[in-house]
Amino acid sequence: MRIDAVLAARPARAVVELATSDLLAGAGALLEAGYRLALVAAHDDADALRVVYLFVDGPPDQRVEIHVRLSRDAPIVPSLAGLSFPAGRFEREMADLFGVVAQGHPQPRPLVTHQHWPRDWHPLRHDARERGPWLRDADAFPFAPVEGEGVYEIPVGPIHAGIIEPGHFRFWVVGETIIKMKARLWFTHKGVEKLFEGRTSAGALALAERISGDSAVGHSLAQALALEEALGVSVDADATRARALLLELERLYNHVADVGALCNDAAFSLAQARALTLRESLLRLNERVTGHRLLRGTIGLGTCELREAPRVEELDDVASRFGEIVALARANGIVMDRFRGTGVLAHESACDIGVLGVAARASGVENDARVAHPLVTCASYVPRLETTGDVMARFDVRVREVAVSLAMVRELLGASTPDVVSPSANTYARSGTGIVEGWRGTIVHRVEVNAEGALTRAKVVDPSFVTWPALSVALANTIVPDFPLVNKSFNLSYAGNDL
Amino acid sequence: MKSTLLWSGIASLAQLIWLVLAGPLALGLMRKVRSVIEGRDGARVTQPLRDLRKLAARQRTRPTDATWIFSAAPLVLVASALVLGALSPLASLHVLMSSRVDVVAVLFVLLLGSVALLLSALDTGTAFAGMGSSRAAMVGAMTEPALLVAILAMSLGAGTSNLARLVDAGVATSTLAGPARILALVSFFIAVLAETGRLPVDNPATHLELTMIHEAMILEYAGPDLALITWGESMRLVLLVGLFSNLALPWGIATSVGALSLGVGLLALTLKVAVVAIGVSLFEVTTAKLRLFRVPELLAGAFLLGVLSVISAVALR
Repeated sequence: MRIDAVLAARPARAVVELATSDLLAGAGALLEAGYRLALVAAHDDADALRVVYLFVDGPPDQRVEIHVRLSRDAPIVPSLAGLSFPAGRFEREMADLFGVVAQGHPQPRPLVTHQHWPRDWHPLRHDARERGPWLRDADAFPFAPVEGEGVYEIPVGPIHAGIIEPGHFRFWVVGETIIKMKARLWFTHKGVEKLFEGRTSAGALALAERISGDSAVGHSLAQALALEEALGVSVDADATRARALLLELERLYNHVADVGALCNDAAFSLAQARALTLRESLLRLNERVTGHRLLRGTIGLGTCELREAPRVEELDDVASRFGEIVALARANGIVMDRFRGTGVLAHESACDIGVLGVAARASGVENDARVAHPLVTCASYVPRLETTGDVMARFDVRVREVAVSLAMVRELLGASTPDVVSPSANTYARSGTGIVEGWRGTIVHRVEVNAEGALTRAKVVDPSFVTWPALSVALANTIVPDFPLVNKSFNLSYAGNDL
Repeated sequence: MKSTLLWSGIASLAQLIWLVLAGPLALGLMRKVRSVIEGRDGARVTQPLRDLRKLAARQRTRPTDATWIFSAAPLVLVASALVLGALSPLASLHVLMSSRVDVVAVLFVLLLGSVALLLSALDTGTAFAGMGSSRAAMVGAMTEPALLVAILAMSLGAGTSNLARLVDAGVATSTLAGPARILALVSFFIAVLAETGRLPVDNPATHLELTMIHEAMILEYAGPDLALITWGESMRLVLLVGLFSNLALPWGIATSVGALSLGVGLLALTLKVAVVAIGVSLFEVTTAKLRLFRVPELLAGAFLLGVLSVISAVALR
């Protein structure tokens, strides 16, 4: 298909082969038409390299892939960073792991690989040689200097107090006001995409569940959907409803924990203690429903069987206990004062950065894969938007989404079960995409399989990957002691980002 | 005369021993209260004592760039608390040098410990400690005036700035609920919360380095030095709470020399401190930590209450 034909017909699935010289115009036209760049993945096709750009829009569910073939010797693509901020991040990732150069990139520096990585070693290339020795990086950790009267630099991490994942944050402050913050992540880079290579569906799903421990359902479901599309496996309606239910159960226990943790970061630990108790009840519910507290091991290729359904009384109990916690927080004037106006992410910034999930909806960006790429059509789903973009908004979005999730679970268990959106036919031989609204935001997986059904390439996009830069933007003019609160209100994944 | 001196010495010694134990136990009690309200079992009340023993047995470490200030600060902190423990009228009005212990002097000896910690934090040269000491200096600069004005108001009412006589005046009078006194006590109480790093000013339980005030200053301390600091801080807390409760509810304090009155005084002191500590805990559970730039507003409020107290003390005299 050609780009203009895609734009005219708006098909559910399309693949467009473009020459590198036409890429900018083609991608520009899709972005102009309202498509979102969801994923960029390079592939090693032995004779050549190939870059896949996945553009999505919805509703109705539309996915357009642009494929660009590159020569092995000079893998160069024109940079899309000027058109899309996420594109620039994907291109830097691709340059590190595949050696594909994005020409004209405004930030032509490593993203994934730290200073001690050999510069010419690109591990996802099939011809990648044995890694040479790590380089010294003790003194090679440069940040762009920030200078001026009274500017004070605070390095934090990568090892933090408390049991959280590693990330380095560098603050430049005047007094207590943050004038700039840079995050350096990828301390937990484990080569997840490389680990997918050669796995069959069962192994791939087990790995996907472990990409980010708190998003076991989100990632394994996205992986399952992608694999089913690639392998032509059909899923019956009951299994799809069960999957939609699991997705909401995952959202519930995580949102409840976040609401408590936000209060705790304002030193209101009473609400946190109550929220943790409620989270424990939800985890026990998860265990009864799936046999695993974190909902692992239930989603299979074309299947999803629950051990037992949650009872309605349990859902009522969760709703009332959660209501008490929220009321407790809202009644505390100091907590509300801490939340309001803190860490504002403006609507325009959220759009420019391409923020996903809770953070997007708190800044008034309507962006939810449950609407754009739905599994089921739930009447009880209503989008919950806030417009202020501060910590309060992100708190409120979570509070409202808990109610929506509970309603969706009830509807999915009810007599008149919601309709299942039947998946479209496969359009590209042995490849597939899975798009799922995890509790943090939209998770996208894209897989390619060989004739035996084993994975040759899997690309994973956790919403954290695109949303992390928004944290720095939201911190402008915030004071240092409010950073933990702002960070917690985004609650982005390190493991899902670092892969 | 000689026996009075002897009894004063005994009273001071008894207070000292009481303080050494009461500091950590008060911390344990406050944590226990919080745990129970939050629905947890919580650690035993004696846990802080065990923590001190554990820390004391560890190897002594210090940052390579730190100077003698870093090593001296914990000692200054503990010494200042012990001196005040011996010389302040906590359980008895008749302690050593009681006729010469002025309330302003007591406050400044107490603040000596704060200044020592502030300097030791700067001495380490780390980013967190510097941040913590800058915040502590800001809070301290606003707490001290509030404390002083509150004390001034109470001194005006009693006509003396001698601490023992100030407390004695409280015992003697029957009109404790005068406006000047209540305003001064509220102001004093807020200042005590700020000075001891409790909520809503500082969160003693946090692990978030970037939000810390007091904890950020002592991040580099470990082992026996940390034990000294935790111990010294807990004694300061109990001292201030003890002084507050003696000014607010002076009854029970030993007004005469002798074993019986001293015993009753210690018992009354323990009860009063426990009640106030539980009260602080209950207050802390229901509140949250103020945004850093709201702290000056709170302390300015405390200062204002102190000023109003002074005015009403003068006007009603």
